[in-house]
Amino acid sequence: MAQENLLFSKDHEWVRRENGTVVVGVTDYAQHELGDVVFVDLPAVGKELKKGDPAANIESVKAVSDIYAPVSGKVTAVNEKLGSTPELVNQEPYGQGWVFTMSLASESELDELMDLKAYEEYLKGIAGE
Amino acid sequence: MNTLPSLIFERSRDGKIGCGLNDANVPAEAALDRELLRPPIADFPQVSEVEVVRHYMALARLNYSVDAGFYPLGSCTMKYNPKVNEKIATLEELQAHPYAPHDLVQGNLEIITRLEEWLVELTGMAGFTLAPAAGAHGEFAGMLIIRRCLQERGDPRKIVLIPDSAHGTNPASAHFAGYEARQIPSNARGILGRKELRAHLGPDVAALMMTNPNTLGIFESDIAAIAEDLHANGSLLYMDGANFNALMGVVRPGELGVDVMHLNLHKTFSTPHGGGGPGSGPVGVAAPLLPYLPVPRVLREGERLKVVYDDPRSIGRVKNFYGHFLVMVRALAYLMALGREHVARVAEDAVLNANYLRKRLEGLLELPYQAPTLHEVVFSDQGLPVKTLDIAKRLLDYGCHPFTVYFPLIVHGAMMIEPTETESKETLDEFVGVMETILGEARDNPDLLRQAPTRTPVRRLDETLAARRPLLRWRRGEDH
Repeated sequence: MAQENLLFSKDHEWVRRENGTVVVGVTDYAQHELGDVVFVDLPAVGKELKKGDPAANIESVKAVSDIYAPVSGKVTAVNEKLGSTPELVNQEPYGQGWVFTMSLASESELDELMDLKAYEEYLKGIAGE
Repeated sequence: MNTLPSLIFERSRDGKIGCGLNDANVPAEAALDRELLRPPIADFPQVSEVEVVRHYMALARLNYSVDAGFYPLGSCTMKYNPKVNEKIATLEELQAHPYAPHDLVQGNLEIITRLEEWLVELTGMAGFTLAPAAGAHGEFAGMLIIRRCLQERGDPRKIVLIPDSAHGTNPASAHFAGYEARQIPSNARGILGRKELRAHLGPDVAALMMTNPNTLGIFESDIAAIAEDLHANGSLLYMDGANFNALMGVVRPGELGVDVMHLNLHKTFSTPHGGGGPGSGPVGVAAPLLPYLPVPRVLREGERLKVVYDDPRSIGRVKNFYGHFLVMVRALAYLMALGREHVARVAEDAVLNANYLRKRLEGLLELPYQAPTLHEVVFSDQGLPVKTLDIAKRLLDYGCHPFTVYFPLIVHGAMMIEPTETESKETLDEFVGVMETILGEARDNPDLLRQAPTRTPVRRLDETLAARRPLLRWRRGEDH
């Protein structure tokens, strides 16, 4: 999956535009830091989320972490496959491991996210800490 | 003991019995009603008495406890608890029926009251309830007290702020009390500063839940100023006192502006932590919050102790009867044996031991926060050729219980080490020696660590598979 078309949040979610909705997942960096994912608690379809709200829960052998809504909108679909195969998040974070899709309340919120180049710079900053 | 005992099902042979009973001289159907007769249990193990004894002895030998060795599990205060306190808790004279008339159990009520008075003195809070069954239960009761207080003022508010170095149960307790838990970052010193707090303070903030000392083992030194900011905002300060082992006899949270706090009797006050309880999580409050404490309240009335059940402003009952009485007995026995003049030694030695380990290990491991260490110290696996998990697994090979791993989350590959005050310098030196050996192995032969443990009855478990596809029950004929 081409990462060039994705947008990224500081909390390591990625966003891909697709026919008026956005697909949301966690980045390769995030899945690597989490370690083996064993459970993903998916949001309810139809749930209204504000940007930054905890949207889903991801449990790895190390810890339980929140996935935050990278933009505001309504959850339109969830990746049911993660119920039986949560390892998809580790194996294909940008593909089969997507987590949910949501409608986009405001186009302008996308501008607040990073493109690939900015995200890579951001990761370098984290590594240097 | 390097092997797993066989399953009792595997020892079973048809016809073997553990104890012989005479054949009944009346048919079972005649002696018992039909519904009392059960069909034979398939695969019920058939073994002799001594085989049963050996089976359970073999299982028991697989246990590890603080009676067996060093147990530096961070934020758990796995200290050694004097056996005399166990003995006192089993005294026949103390075993009373919870419905016994109060006139007959004045001695037991005296134990409850004296322990409350001890905790009041140690913490500087105005009063305590001993009812909550454990730490998180205390947090929940404490948040209900805050909610009730704010409700009486006219608005319960919506949000509870929680620093990212707090105990993991805090957000759940706030949530169950009807609040939205909002995490706020600690600063570069590893504590919550006024600046971080002020950025999140608003009219909807009911309280801040602060763990002190926090899970980095650092004292929240801005706590008094933070309490002022909260009070000016009409918010309350909750302190998670589960780590009170580092403070007792030295710091009185009530004097720092704390409104509500809990203690863990089963960590700090001589009831072993872990193993499924029972625990006890007393909640202390500042004077204005006394009316909201749960019932029943045991109160002095002249020479007598009375029990008050109906108090209209109380949040009500949080536990049946009085709470876990025998845990209170151990706590009071422990405190009385220490005496007022020696309580502080516990905290001082706990802090001394943690700082000794910090000094001895800080050249070997990355120490992400430089602030002074209290009861525990948190290292990172950054810069090591192996991961925290590998070191923890290798510790098992050297007969040592690992430290807490991967918590707190704000440290990369966290190794959270809490030695407690009951460990001798010799034990700490042995632990450091083992860590030096392991870190040497990590440099020279990292695969040794990645395969560890190799000397335990079971080797490294596939934790991922165990979490994704747990098999919780053995069944004959299934291959595991």
